[in-house]
Amino acid sequence: MDDLYRDYILEHYKRPRNFGELDPHDLEALEHNPLCGDELGVHIRVKDERIEDLRFHGHGCAISQASASIASEELKGMALADVHELGADWMIELLGIPVSATRRKCALLNLKVVRGAVTGDHAWPA
Amino acid sequence: MHSAFADRASVRGDFPIFAAHPGLVYLDSGATSQKPQAVIDALAEHLRSHNANIHRGVYALAQEADAAYDGAREKVAAFVGAEPRTTIFTKNVTEAINLVAYAWGRANIGPGDAVLITQMEHHANLVPWQVLCRERSAELRYLEVDERGELSLPALERELARDDVKLVAFAHISNVLGTINPVAEMAARIRAAGAVSVIDGAQAVPQIPVDVAAIGADFYGWTGHKALGPTGIGVLHGNAELLERMEPFLTGGDMIASVDLQTVSWNELPYKFEAGTPPIAEAVGLGAAVDYLSGLGMERVRAHEQALTAYMLDALAGVPGMRVVGPPEAERRGGLVSFTIEGIHPHDIAELVNRAGVCIRAGHHCAQPLMRCLGVGATARASVGVYNERADVDALLAALQSGREVFGL
Repeated sequence: MDDLYRDYILEHYKRPRNFGELDPHDLEALEHNPLCGDELGVHIRVKDERIEDLRFHGHGCAISQASASIASEELKGMALADVHELGADWMIELLGIPVSATRRKCALLNLKVVRGAVTGDHAWPA
Repeated sequence: MHSAFADRASVRGDFPIFAAHPGLVYLDSGATSQKPQAVIDALAEHLRSHNANIHRGVYALAQEADAAYDGAREKVAAFVGAEPRTTIFTKNVTEAINLVAYAWGRANIGPGDAVLITQMEHHANLVPWQVLCRERSAELRYLEVDERGELSLPALERELARDDVKLVAFAHISNVLGTINPVAEMAARIRAAGAVSVIDGAQAVPQIPVDVAAIGADFYGWTGHKALGPTGIGVLHGNAELLERMEPFLTGGDMIASVDLQTVSWNELPYKFEAGTPPIAEAVGLGAAVDYLSGLGMERVRAHEQALTAYMLDALAGVPGMRVVGPPEAERRGGLVSFTIEGIHPHDIAELVNRAGVCIRAGHHCAQPLMRCLGVGATARASVGVYNERADVDALLAALQSGREVFGL
């Protein structure tokens, strides 16, 4: 089996969860991966200080699309206060594959977008 | 004929990187070329035996360094049919273009003027003009790229007829499409319209015979590291009359004739545009690189790379889901092929082929506006150099097939 392109990664890439538009939405952000020009945006609906629902949109590689898809399932229902605490390690662990230095931004792009929408912090997750 | 270099035992053997990495399939020369032993030796020998600062010392060693630096300039100028006096060493082609944008552009472009570039430009030949136009309240317009990935001379003439175009900047060979633009015809029309032409030759000089005088552009820039030379050195060939009238780009040491407390007068060409200690060893290395390329013969370099490109275009055409961008005929393009494969993102393509030791580039290739007009976010790009052989293309093809299998295609 391939180390990076495991079955569940390719499954999420080919059939990403929570992709599309979400209208109306309360929060949104759009970010680019300067390395490859990939683009990922998010729409978030908030209820009781929690992410009630979210949708990603954009285009990217298998790692960035699968990361967004996998993260979306965890983010749904999460308290906004908890989103503030999410860091790079959370995403890399969730992804469960060895991510090389050059592909790290692919994996982290979705978290950057979500953090940007929720906290206004547009820095790459540390 | 398998190779234009058939009379040589091995061009590949001249490049030590392939001994250091057995099995390396290097198809990213469009990003940077590998270096022949002759260049590595020239750099090392200069630092070992001839190192001193230039244009300052009266001692014998300093004169050796002077001779090495000026000698390199003569070789580099002669390699592309230019004059040493109008051949300026820069850091890279980006700095060469910025030099023109600052030193010529700021003095000559203003409100109501237009700068014309093309949709196929690398950011190096786009961002400096965008910044200049914003600063000077000028208009930045783009010549369109057609579905073959080519520019249209009639479209250029229509733009020039609007009578507001002061400068036209364009690539000699597109780093994404591979298109070889009709630079001499373009430069002639631009000159006839009274505008200034700037050519980005970064991909062209390493790949095809280039005669700067015959092309007749006002400015022609290129970079050393793509032409078998070291990083940190680029070249700008300029029109002498324009260069004489221009103020310097960077100021400081070595570019002055004399300095008083409140005034300064500039050094003569080309030194006026080379402030501070220049990349001396790098210039010597680039001199060795053009010697090496001259030894192979640029006509033969072109024949070799065109044949490989034709072979690659044929091979890629057989891959399901393949889309190649740029002109379909190898004779109309340089030694690079950009492509996408349906169902695999270019980044993943590059990652997958890397497992077989195949180095290709993926991304927007510093040409985001072009990517948008091609309707893709990114492409994968395989580019060839003098050291590549058909076996490298075969390895790419095999790696692409295994990659498609990983993705269940």
